[in-house]
Amino acid sequence: MVLKSTSNRWVWILFRLSLTVVLILGVFGLFLWALGKNPLKAFQDTLRLNLLNPRGLSEVVVRMSPLLLTALGVAVPFRAGLINVGAEGQFLMGALLGTWAAFNIAGLPPALHLVLVLLAGMVGGGLWGAVPGALRALGWVNETITTLLLNYLAPLIVGYFVFGPWRAPELAMYPQTPELPVVPYFPVLPGTRLHLGFFLGLFFLGLYAYMTGRSRWGLELRAVGGNPEAARRLGMPVERWLLAAMVLGGALAGLAGVAEVVAIHGRLKMAVSPGYGFMGFLVNWLAFANPLGILIMSFLLAIIASSGFTLQITQRLPYAAVNVLMALILFVVLAKPFRQGVRR
Amino acid sequence: MNWFLSWISGTILYAAPLLFPTLGEVIEQRAGLVNLGLEGLMLLGASVSFAVSFATQNAWVGVLVAGCVGLLANLIYAWLVVHRQAHQLAAGLALMFFGIGLSALIGKAYVGQMAPVLPKFQPFPSQALLFRYDLLVYVAFLLAPLCWFLLFRTRFGLKLRAVGESPAIAYAAGVSPALVRYIAAATAGILAAIGGAHLAVGITGTWSEGMTAGRGFIAIALVIFSRWDPLRAIIGALLFGSAVVLQLQLQAQGLGISPFLLDMLPYVLTVLVLLIWGRGVRYVAPASLGRVYFGTE
Repeated sequence: MVLKSTSNRWVWILFRLSLTVVLILGVFGLFLWALGKNPLKAFQDTLRLNLLNPRGLSEVVVRMSPLLLTALGVAVPFRAGLINVGAEGQFLMGALLGTWAAFNIAGLPPALHLVLVLLAGMVGGGLWGAVPGALRALGWVNETITTLLLNYLAPLIVGYFVFGPWRAPELAMYPQTPELPVVPYFPVLPGTRLHLGFFLGLFFLGLYAYMTGRSRWGLELRAVGGNPEAARRLGMPVERWLLAAMVLGGALAGLAGVAEVVAIHGRLKMAVSPGYGFMGFLVNWLAFANPLGILIMSFLLAIIASSGFTLQITQRLPYAAVNVLMALILFVVLAKPFRQGVRR
Repeated sequence: MNWFLSWISGTILYAAPLLFPTLGEVIEQRAGLVNLGLEGLMLLGASVSFAVSFATQNAWVGVLVAGCVGLLANLIYAWLVVHRQAHQLAAGLALMFFGIGLSALIGKAYVGQMAPVLPKFQPFPSQALLFRYDLLVYVAFLLAPLCWFLLFRTRFGLKLRAVGESPAIAYAAGVSPALVRYIAAATAGILAAIGGAHLAVGITGTWSEGMTAGRGFIAIALVIFSRWDPLRAIIGALLFGSAVVLQLQLQAQGLGISPFLLDMLPYVLTVLVLLIWGRGVRYVAPASLGRVYFGTE
């Protein structure tokens, strides 16, 4: 990749992306076939119900919005050579702090309040990313294992608040908070569930593309990820970059969390994320942190997730089947079936 | 006093399902492979052992089949990282997803059911609580010195550690890095699955989705704590066993502390352990840990 000209590089990226898409669809088809479903009919149904139908398409895009943001939350640290597996926890902590801000900030105009709620979500995710970031920057603990462990802590903290102090009294059956006061002010496209979160995702994707491709910051980030020792010799503050990458990544995942709470659920509960953080990890891995790749892969995984939910309803499969599917996709991509020259 | 005795005996009981995967990961990492898929392997072991012992009404058959499934599942990981030269962390995470999802599919029919558990075994008469465990607990604590002996006092252990330090030099000395890594991964797969099986058919006798609750990741932290030494792994497993039991006892006491806060205890302890013992391990860790070996020309 090093000495290729720009146009060659893009041909190569597009080639890899389209190969990955074909592979994913192939694995998905085999998976459906193994479950006793006709894959061709399932693809047809997906096309008809989820893509060619405006309502279905908007639902796919609704699922795509958190994926875009969590994938970016993994991609920014990835550029700095960090493996952030903690987007799930950062998502939840964003949801938590955003909820706190929604209930505890009062007396502001609704628009300003909404902005503060979204910012609080980013702070929550950012802080949750800062812990492993700082530990890694200090050279104490590898970020992969800490982000994984923090994923187990975040739901417990959310559970503490949802079952405890924040629990809505009027719905004793379901442990959840009352409706967030900012919900009516969250911009949603009329007639759909398509919300501001999607446009924020697109905005940050564009910013990410610009920053990594065209700015000095993006270059430094990549230098830190590519060869930290060389970056240090060139006078870059490597430790500061590592921390900043994790904080930024966490903030983006946290934004996904708070947007999901406000726009889709309206209240904080345990089941705000059906694994969006982990799916974001998969998206980034399939897209190798390329902005266009993130756009395509999060769209594709959103389609699979939507049809996965349909499968769940029609076939009575547990949601975990989607996990198996994700694992199979990763196995196939990691095995690099079309790579030439794998020697032993 | 009674409280203290039950704490000690519970600590030993709950250390066992952690000790199995920790020992497996020590062996695997000594051969240069980081496997983040332990959690998935443990869940597979738990669900398979439960399903099989439910069907055959014999918990030992369940443990045996779980071990075989763990071996096969970890061979997927080994094939990806050894033959296809995949990124080790990503391959491990793929295995984690695989285990989480497949175990939920396998165990779906068994939620809320009871399976036969491993029989208790008492080598010598003692107080009612202490030393009344199933055989796997004793196996776990005997395996640790065995692993130590294997790693540090046998020819095979020397080869395995050589591959973990430098596959190229091991290759030059006539060792096949690929074969050694496959063997290490197979062993780790068996051990991790048995750890999960012990949780399901040794301790609880039930299955619930995600019942290992991050023990696979705690085991990875314990490997760092133990500095890749099977004997130190015993200390780590006991430490975490005691935290789990303390949390269960506090919950039973009904002190009015939210169970969510008590559940945080083992994870907070893990992060603290990593903080205190994780520094400077770079000089202790196997040198080729996590690196892809592209073969020697």
